[in-house]
Formats: sequence, C-alpha cells, structure tokens
Amino acid sequence: MSHPRKQPTLRETSVRPEPPDYLNRPVPRHDLCTLSRRHFLAGTAAGSLLLMGKGSATPAFADPNRVDVESFAPDLFVSINTDGRVDILAHRSEMGTGIRTGLPRVLADELEADWEQVHIVQAKGDKNLGDQNTDGSNSIRFFFQTMRTAGAIARTMLETAAAQQWGVDVSTCFADTHQIIHRDSDRRIGFGALIEIARTLEVPAVDKLRLKPREKWKYIGKDAPLVDLDDIVTGKAIYGIDARLDNQLFAVIARPPVVGGRVKSFDATAARKLPGVVEIVPLPRYRGLPEFQQLGGIAVCATSTWSAWQGRDALTIEWDDGPNGSYDSQTFAKALKATAARPGTLLRAAGDTEAALEDANRVIQANYSVPHLAHASMETTCAVADVKTDNSGRVTTCHILAATQNPQAVQETVGRAMRMRGEDVLVNVTLLGSGFGRKSKPDYCVEAARLSRELKRPVHVTWTREDDLRHDYFHAISAIHCEGAVNDKGQITAWLQRAVYPSIEALTKRRNKMPAAWEAEMGHTDLPYDVPNLRLEVGRARSHVRTGWLRSVCHIQQNFAVGCFIDELAHAAGQDPFEFVLTALGDDRQLDMAALGLKNRDADPRVYPYDIGRLKNVLRRAAHNAAWQRNSNLPRGQGLGIACCRSFLGYTAHVVEVEVSPQGQLSIPRVWCSLDSGTIVSPDRVHAQVEGAAIMAASHARWGEVTFQNGRAQQSNFDDFQVARMKDAPRDIVVDIVESTAAPAGVGETGVASFTPALCNAIFAATGKRIRDLPLKHHDLSWS
Amino acid sequence: MTRINVNGEAHELVDVADTTPLLWILRDHLGLTGTKYGCGVSECGACTVHIDGAARQSCVTTLSEVGDAQVVTIEGLSADGSHPVQKAWKQHSVPQCGYCQVGQMMAAAAMLRDNTSPSDADIDESMWNICRCGTYPRIRAAVKTAAQELRK
Ligand code: FES
Ligand code: FES
Repeated sequence: MSHPRKQPTLRETSVRPEPPDYLNRPVPRHDLCTLSRRHFLAGTAAGSLLLMGKGSATPAFADPNRVDVESFAPDLFVSINTDGRVDILAHRSEMGTGIRTGLPRVLADELEADWEQVHIVQAKGDKNLGDQNTDGSNSIRFFFQTMRTAGAIARTMLETAAAQQWGVDVSTCFADTHQIIHRDSDRRIGFGALIEIARTLEVPAVDKLRLKPREKWKYIGKDAPLVDLDDIVTGKAIYGIDARLDNQLFAVIARPPVVGGRVKSFDATAARKLPGVVEIVPLPRYRGLPEFQQLGGIAVCATSTWSAWQGRDALTIEWDDGPNGSYDSQTFAKALKATAARPGTLLRAAGDTEAALEDANRVIQANYSVPHLAHASMETTCAVADVKTDNSGRVTTCHILAATQNPQAVQETVGRAMRMRGEDVLVNVTLLGSGFGRKSKPDYCVEAARLSRELKRPVHVTWTREDDLRHDYFHAISAIHCEGAVNDKGQITAWLQRAVYPSIEALTKRRNKMPAAWEAEMGHTDLPYDVPNLRLEVGRARSHVRTGWLRSVCHIQQNFAVGCFIDELAHAAGQDPFEFVLTALGDDRQLDMAALGLKNRDADPRVYPYDIGRLKNVLRRAAHNAAWQRNSNLPRGQGLGIACCRSFLGYTAHVVEVEVSPQGQLSIPRVWCSLDSGTIVSPDRVHAQVEGAAIMAASHARWGEVTFQNGRAQQSNFDDFQVARMKDAPRDIVVDIVESTAAPAGVGETGVASFTPALCNAIFAATGKRIRDLPLKHHDLSWS
Repeated sequence: MTRINVNGEAHELVDVADTTPLLWILRDHLGLTGTKYGCGVSECGACTVHIDGAARQSCVTTLSEVGDAQVVTIEGLSADGSHPVQKAWKQHSVPQCGYCQVGQMMAAAAMLRDNTSPSDADIDESMWNICRCGTYPRIRAAVKTAAQELRK
C-alpha cells in the first residue's frame, strides 16, 4: 500500500464562509444583447415551436399562427400578446417531475402574471436557451434565477410603460395579477394594453431590476396542478411513441445483441413477404466509441408498429459479436471484488489509515456489490424524424420529434450523422413517459434520422421493451470494499474504502479505465463523517456494455456501501445506529470542498455548502418522525433502518420499517424521508418525487439486476426484470420537507440515495442478516 | 375487411391480419394513442382497455378475439374527463410522467364497476399495473376516493 499523503482532517478544514446574497440578485441575461429577440421569435414562429396550450383540449403542434410576431418579447423565455396572453417557454423536458409547470410558474410569479392567462410553449432544442439536458436534478437550480430575472424584466418594462402612458413616476406603478396599478390614483391597466408601449422600451439592465421578496411570492412554494394533467387523464397527452408526422412509416430494429457487434449476413426474404412491410434498411454500427450513436443492425419499416415488429422477428441475421462477445457479468463481478481487495488509486486521505487499522482492536471489513441495472422507463425510447435531401443526397432539412431529455444532444448527434450543423437540426420535444437518464442519450433519434434520410419520408422508431432492456445504457456493475475501526469509546478511528466500477466516461473516452472524480464524489469521496484516518480509493474496471447514468447514478452503489457500513460499525461499537451516525458526522460545520478536492457538482460552495448541520437536521427529523427509539423494542421480524446522505446538493435521511416473515417474506409498510433541498418551488411535486424515489430504489434493491452472458443481456421484459407493483411497493411513505430559504438544490434524484442502505439496515435489525450484495431476491431472509 | 366496435363506434379495418393485437389497431390504425404500450406481454398493464366492461390487456388480445365485443378506451371512458376515476386522479395529483396512468385508470374503473368498496387487498390484487415513477400510494388513495363517489 502506498503511503498516504498527509491531508488535513475534516475538522481542520471547517470553514464558515459568508453566504452571498444569491437569491436576491438577478442573473445576467447576456444572450439578450447578442440575439435579436424579434428575429428569434419570428424564427421560432416558422414551425419550430411545439405549442401545448395549458388547458387546451388537444396539444397543438407547431402552429405558425400561434406565435404573434407583434407580441412583446423582452426575453427569450416570455412573450406577451395584445390579448394579454402570456407565453412562457418550457425549455426543460417533462418526464414526470412537473418541471413544465414549475419553472414557468417561477417566471409567472415574478412577472405577476395571472396563471390562468399563461400558456406553456415547449421549446425546441436551442443552445441560446442555455442548458436543456433535463438531467442531474439541475432544472430548478440552474434556472430559478433565470426565470425570475426574465419575469422581472418583463414586469419592470410593463410598469415603465404604464408610467409613460399615465405620465407618472414609475416608482408609483406596480404589477399585480396581470395588471399595472398606479398606487396614488388606483388606476389600473391590463398587461395586454401595455405591450404597444412596452415594445418600444429599452430592456433594463439587470442591476436595475428588483426581484420580488420571498414573502410576496404567489406561485413559488405553492402547489398547482400539472399543466398537462387534463391531457394525461383523458389520454390526450402526446409522448414520443405517439408522435406522428404525415406519411410516416413505423420502424422496429434488430440491433447487435452485443455492444460493438455487427451484422455479418442477413436474410430478409421472409420479412419482406409480410403484409405492411415496406422496406428493410441496414444501419451501420457506430463509429469509434458508442457515445450516443446508433448501435446498428437491420431496420424493418412498415405501415404500422406491429407489422414492423413482425418483420423484425422474421429476419434471419448472423452477427459478428466483436470484442465484448465473451463478456460474462458473473465472472466480471468476481474480478471487480478482487480489484477492490487490492490497493487502488487514492483520491482523498487523512491521517495514517494503515497504521490506525493495524493498531485498532476492532476492525470491521465488508464488501458490497450492486449489479448492472436498467432504466426501464415506462415508455421505451421512441422518436420520429423527417429528413429531406437534395438531388445529390445532401441533407437539406432535418426535423426530429422525440421524447428526449436533451434536445441539444439530439441536435449535435443527429447533426453529425446527417453531416449538418447541429443548430440546423430542428428538435421538438414531446412529453416523456419517464426517462431516468436513458432519454438523455439520443441513439434512437439518430436511428430515426438515418432511416428517414434513406427512405425519403418520415420514419418513427419504436423500441420494444425487449430492445429497451437488452440495449440500455446500463447502470454500472460495482464492487466496494470497506474497512473500518472503532475504539472503546465507540468512535470511528479509521475508514478505508475502495470503489471499483466501469466509468460512464468509457462511452466517450478510449483511455478511461476507472471511476472519474465526479463519479467517485457521488457518495464516496464526499464522505461526510469526521474520521481522523481516512483513505478513499478507486480501482480499475473496463466497460463491456454501454454504461450510462441512471437516476441517482453512483450514489446507488456508493451510498449503499457507506450507509450500510456505518451501520455495521455502529453494531460493532455496540451503539444505536442513529446516535452513532449523528456522532460520526461530528460538529455542525461546512466542509471545505476545495481543500478536500471536491468539485461540488461545479456549484459555488458559498451558495451550495456541504453543511453537516443540515445533514444532521434531516437525520434527526427522520428519526423523530419514525419514533426511532422503538427500534430496540420491536419483535424479531420487524426492524427499522436509518441512513442519510447529501446528493445533488440536497440532504436526505430515510428511516425504513420492514416486516420479514419467518419464511423470509419481506414487506415495507412504512418509510419516512426528511429532505432539505433549500427553496422549494412545487411542494406537492417534491413529495411525489420523494415517494417515487423510494419506490424505485425499493425496486432496484429487491429485484434490480441485469446479467450478461456471451455479451448478451439475459433479461428482456418485466417478467425477468422485475419492478415494484402496488402490492410490494412501500405502502406508506411519509415525506417531510425542511422549510428553507437556501438556494434550491436537487430533488428528483436526491430522494433515492439514502433509501437502500436504510432498507438493508432495517432487514438486519429485523433478521440479523447483513445484505452486502444486491439484489435482495438472491438472499434467504427467513429466520426462526 | 374486419369490423371492430370501439367507444360505441363501428370501424372497418382493411388489410389487417386478425392476429394483430388490439393495442396496435387502436394506436396505429384508429389513431387512438391514449392506450399505451409498455411490455407487449401482459406484464405492465399500460395497454389496459375494457372489453365488454372487463379490464383486458390489449397487447395480448388479438383482433379475432375481440370479435364483435364492445371495446372502450380512455378516449371513451368519459367525454370530458369526468369519470369518477379521472376526477379522483386529478384530485390526488396522481400522475408523474403520466404514461402508465391511462392503464391504471382503466384498471381502476373496471374494478370499481364490480366493487365499489374495495379493500386494500382488493386494490393490491386488481391494480397490478406497473408505474415506474412510483405513484402507487396516490393511486391507492385515488381509487378509494373514486369508490366513495361511486357509492353515493
Ligand atoms: S403493454 Fe400490455 S400489459 Fe404491458
Ligand atoms: S406516472 Fe410515470 S410510469 Fe406511472
């Protein structure tokens, strides 16, 4: 073992920076200077916007007449029409978080718009709008201030317009629910009546704007129904699988069963004879590394999805499997464990862990593992493309309509395949039947574009569930080795932890052979416990499948290990796990992220500190809500487990209650989660996300596993990739949101990470059985 | 040519094999895309419709099996989203992504037709549809609310 670099302990690095006045400051809107807004809107009017009117009976696709080029559009995100209708751009994708409702409400609040008069316009992919990758639990964090600033710009200009019209001082005019009121005379004028004047005004500099103080917020922090709710419950909501372009064909594709494989030969005679089958099109394999490109294979294009599917199944194909053809995940899992047992690459250290472990009386060792997991979004990946070419075959226009989390990645990847500039690819976004990270990767959009270019008509690609599970961007298989020592006072004196799993970066970087720093920081190198001797390492692992990010990403395996291991240490020390974890977290303090070499998801640690006090707070609250102290008196077969973590800049603690029958039947009657993600925009949606996160985490913990033999995924549908149903989902999920004025942090993924360790700790409390290898389905939980 | 009755209307299908699953007829031939595909093998319930009033998985029900039975899809459950199940779904803000919810509501509506006082065990048994977003606690609550209205 190499000698640990001497690094300061957490205690030494505690800092207490002054938090900047982040939430009271508008953010720069520099894009306004470089873009002609009118041009932008006029441009978008030409069929590039997907309009889904809030409350309208049917979502309307790109109706050029709907965008009034004479409207008042002071910012990319908002325009106001003569009739008073306010159009707000939703530029993030709706996959179930409620973001299409939440972010526009932030803008509407600051604008003082009447929510009833707001229409939501789903944006096309456009880098002028900023980041559109709806991923990483970033939407509110990235755009809360942007939306408020845009709203404040429009409101300020309307106030100025009213002042001009009345010939009064602007400081006496204020906006209130879609009108401007003159304070002294109580004159009122509606937004729509002001846009003639407002359009002639200079856009105010952001330092001249005043944002509404928190106590005046009307929509932020207050619930409203999803803008798509009516459409969803009447079946009118349009997802990627429902997207239709005139004259489209439907395609289903046979892809190489092994990543990197190719078609050696194929026979489509039988497929061609089937009714409805129109064309058989070979697709080339990706070039270089997989990235977000198509896997290749043979596509069957037909007049209906079913015909295409039948045609696909009638193909006879001989595959060349390529270098991953021998991949066996069981063998690989063993190799990962062996690697985790050996010294690795040190990412963070404190004190002298080697010596501390050697000198300790009580040393605990444990090895944890999590298998490959699949996203299994309820809607598979689907897209329709319309590509037009000139006589020479050069692509002239390309339109994609897709369930995508990342329309700009669609532009880039499809653009490359079509040999055109990404910004020239028109990408409209439908609703997503969930995504969980899978739909950030637009391989399916590239397939649709290639087929449409070939067939000179729109082609819609549907992935079957089997396609979805066999050709996913899988969550990494992993092994984590932990060693720890506790002294007679019950304190942790040393902690060594080694994480080994293929990196997501292997998708795009040939030389990548170990977890990247940002992956390790998801629960591993950001270990919050105040331990004097610490070694956090990673080990080498190659990727033999397409490894991708799945909701909560590396927190899945790393917080599973950390949250279970500290429970093991607590029991070794003979202490109550809740008290033990609380003590191990140490003093209330903020970690010095720079000194610890932590990137903090590129967030400013003054705005998003790693605050141990907040972590301890959610831990205490969850324990309190669950009446934790009863844990010691529960009968055998019942147990509570606890775990906490910071993920996606938010803080969670879970207490999970389990019942295990003597025969080993597990049920999860109750779950408590306390969450602190700072300022909350849509409380009910946060509750819903945390409920869903517990259920998804329970699915993965209990059954989640994709195995590979000969490079082929062995699971193909919900019969062998099981997920929780009503009867086995956690029954009662009590969500407790900490009221906070801190900057908004993540939510969607934040609710996942501390669930699974709490569940496994509860199983230990109930049965005395330690779960170190997921999923639970392989464990006999029976007791007597 | 085959006839099929959907939402009270007769449709004529030309050149469709009678082994074609009802799901794809609804979606691709009749343009009724409210009914969703999730698994194709009767595992997820996303494609649930009513056939002569009973909940059936349209992904494994062929055109010939439908025969002259009455098919009702979400588009025909109510004219305006006013079915007690739809109202309860809105009241409890059940949907997250919403994709599974049509199947969930069709399953709930069929169950409640036979049983307006479902126990938790009844709900567990009838509501086996998968929701990957994890809306089960709200579905359970909404089913109970809808049941209450139906008992009135
Ligand atoms: S699509 Fe029919 S049950 Fe899943
Ligand atoms: S609401 Fe998304 S799958 Fe059920």
